[in-house]
Amino acid sequence: MIIQSILGWRPLAVLAVLGVSVVGTWADAPAPTLEQRVAGLEAYLGNGDPTAALKDEKGNIPEGLTTASIGVAGPGHNAWLMTSAALVLFMTLPGLALFYGGLVRSKNVLSIMAQCLGITGLVTILWWAVGYSLVFGKSFGSPILGGSEFFFLKGVTSAPNTDYAYWVSQNVFSMYQMMFAIITPALIIGAIAERIKFSSIVLFVGAWMFIVYFPLAHMVWGVNGLMNGVWNATAAIKAVDFAGGTVVHMSSGWSALILCLILGKRLGFGKEPMPPHSMVLCMIGTGMLWVGWYGFNAGSAVAADGVAANAFMTTTLATGVAAFVWATAEYFDKGKSSVLGFCSGAVAGLVVITPATGFVDATGSIVIGVAAGLVPWFFCTRVKKWFRYDDALDTFGVHAIGGTMGAFLTGVFATAEVNANLNLNLKEIVGKTLVAEQCKAIALTLVLSIVGTAVIAFAIKMLMGLRASSEAEREGLDINDHEEKGYIY
Amino acid sequence: MALKKIEAIIKPFKLEEVKEALTEVGIEGMTVTEVKGFGRQKGHTEIYRGSEYTVDFLPKIKLEIILAEASVDKAVAAIVKAAKTGKIGDGKIFVLPVSEVIRIRTEDKGVKAI
Repeated sequence: MIIQSILGWRPLAVLAVLGVSVVGTWADAPAPTLEQRVAGLEAYLGNGDPTAALKDEKGNIPEGLTTASIGVAGPGHNAWLMTSAALVLFMTLPGLALFYGGLVRSKNVLSIMAQCLGITGLVTILWWAVGYSLVFGKSFGSPILGGSEFFFLKGVTSAPNTDYAYWVSQNVFSMYQMMFAIITPALIIGAIAERIKFSSIVLFVGAWMFIVYFPLAHMVWGVNGLMNGVWNATAAIKAVDFAGGTVVHMSSGWSALILCLILGKRLGFGKEPMPPHSMVLCMIGTGMLWVGWYGFNAGSAVAADGVAANAFMTTTLATGVAAFVWATAEYFDKGKSSVLGFCSGAVAGLVVITPATGFVDATGSIVIGVAAGLVPWFFCTRVKKWFRYDDALDTFGVHAIGGTMGAFLTGVFATAEVNANLNLNLKEIVGKTLVAEQCKAIALTLVLSIVGTAVIAFAIKMLMGLRASSEAEREGLDINDHEEKGYIY
Repeated sequence: MALKKIEAIIKPFKLEEVKEALTEVGIEGMTVTEVKGFGRQKGHTEIYRGSEYTVDFLPKIKLEIILAEASVDKAVAAIVKAAKTGKIGDGKIFVLPVSEVIRIRTEDKGVKAI
């Protein structure tokens, strides 16, 4: 009887409450004018703020005033970011796995692939749990580390987070940024290939994400980040990094050098031949990296807008030029241009243009392409020989040197003519002292990467060792760490 | 009649020409193996991003032919004619005695089994 009576009156009460609240909203909320609704749609075309036309003289939006353009993703921008996210994942799986996998000896090809796969899974878990929030949150109110509001992707929905994009769903944005967090530590494995223990590299990457990547990515890209010169008016270092010259390439490249020095050389390095086991796989991987990099660079506009279009062009120009220049340098040096030379030049071009891609024009990108073909080539073929460090697949030569040079050259060639966002907070310094700010960002990235990596690497070395046993290294990591072989004849 | 074995080491790209030349002089069977080795030709150099490696063992083809003694001279002449480029690394031919040949299917022995 009691239950019946409860059921009896409850729906009525709910209806009554609903009715009051619905009527109340309709009665109080001001309706947007046709002009305001059109302005919202026009903002979509220009990747602008759809709420701009609703604001009064003081910048406030009257309570309840909204249009259908607000709080939703724009289809075109969102589609490009979903495509870009898939492209950036494609850079790691299988692009980088094949590029690096082809360059090692056949007994270690699966170890590269397992490391790429392992890092993808591990970073996905970390990113969901805390990573996205620590980079793109702001609840800590810190220029060094983000916040806790998005832990476990709580509240990360299909609505845009307007701190970063007016027209891209925050869940898409978080997945897009996750792909960067995946490929960055995956780049490190090139320098330490063919000798590190699988369990050690997994542990290293887990720690490295917290100590190096999450803070660095927040500093450079977080809305209140220390080095976010474009968007943060109060940034202590007014530097710019469009798609990750410091965050991705410098951090991974310099960390790779330190880790490879602590780890030591491969057995037989400099005495035994260690040629790539498949230049064909390496070439296929290079092509995938190049294609995927359009998502990396043009996607970093976080919109399908004019800045993305410019990034698409400069990425192409710099990469084509760098590939040709590297192979030409080889020709004048030794008399032959090699496929590995073309591949290395292409990757170097992609690396060096990365921080600059949305800020420089065609001419700037060509100069960057020439530099990318020559300087990393010199480091891989000469400097490595002088100092005899075993950077197995040239992560340092290409990513650290290329990323550092790219961060510097971005300061030289950035122009507001291709990216009006440079006028927001940097109008006074672009073309003048921006290079000095870039140098500060370079220095901070260097220190964080080197110190962070050294601390983690020595800790793991003491805890469980870094290297595979010498028997395992001789026999191959594939069979010893994974009980598999890449090729069964 | 005495049985002989010819072992010839040749350049891989000469295999087809050698096979045709042998077929023309009536040699009806042979065994071919991909092998590696070096003699006076030594190896070659490969360069990967500035790291130079000397590859000592070059790919070669080894032909094995069992035949009657009377056919040896023309078979050797055919191989030499087809495999010769005049450059170092053309290979070598060895002629060895064979004590017996048995065809497994019929258990024929000697020249009949060739």
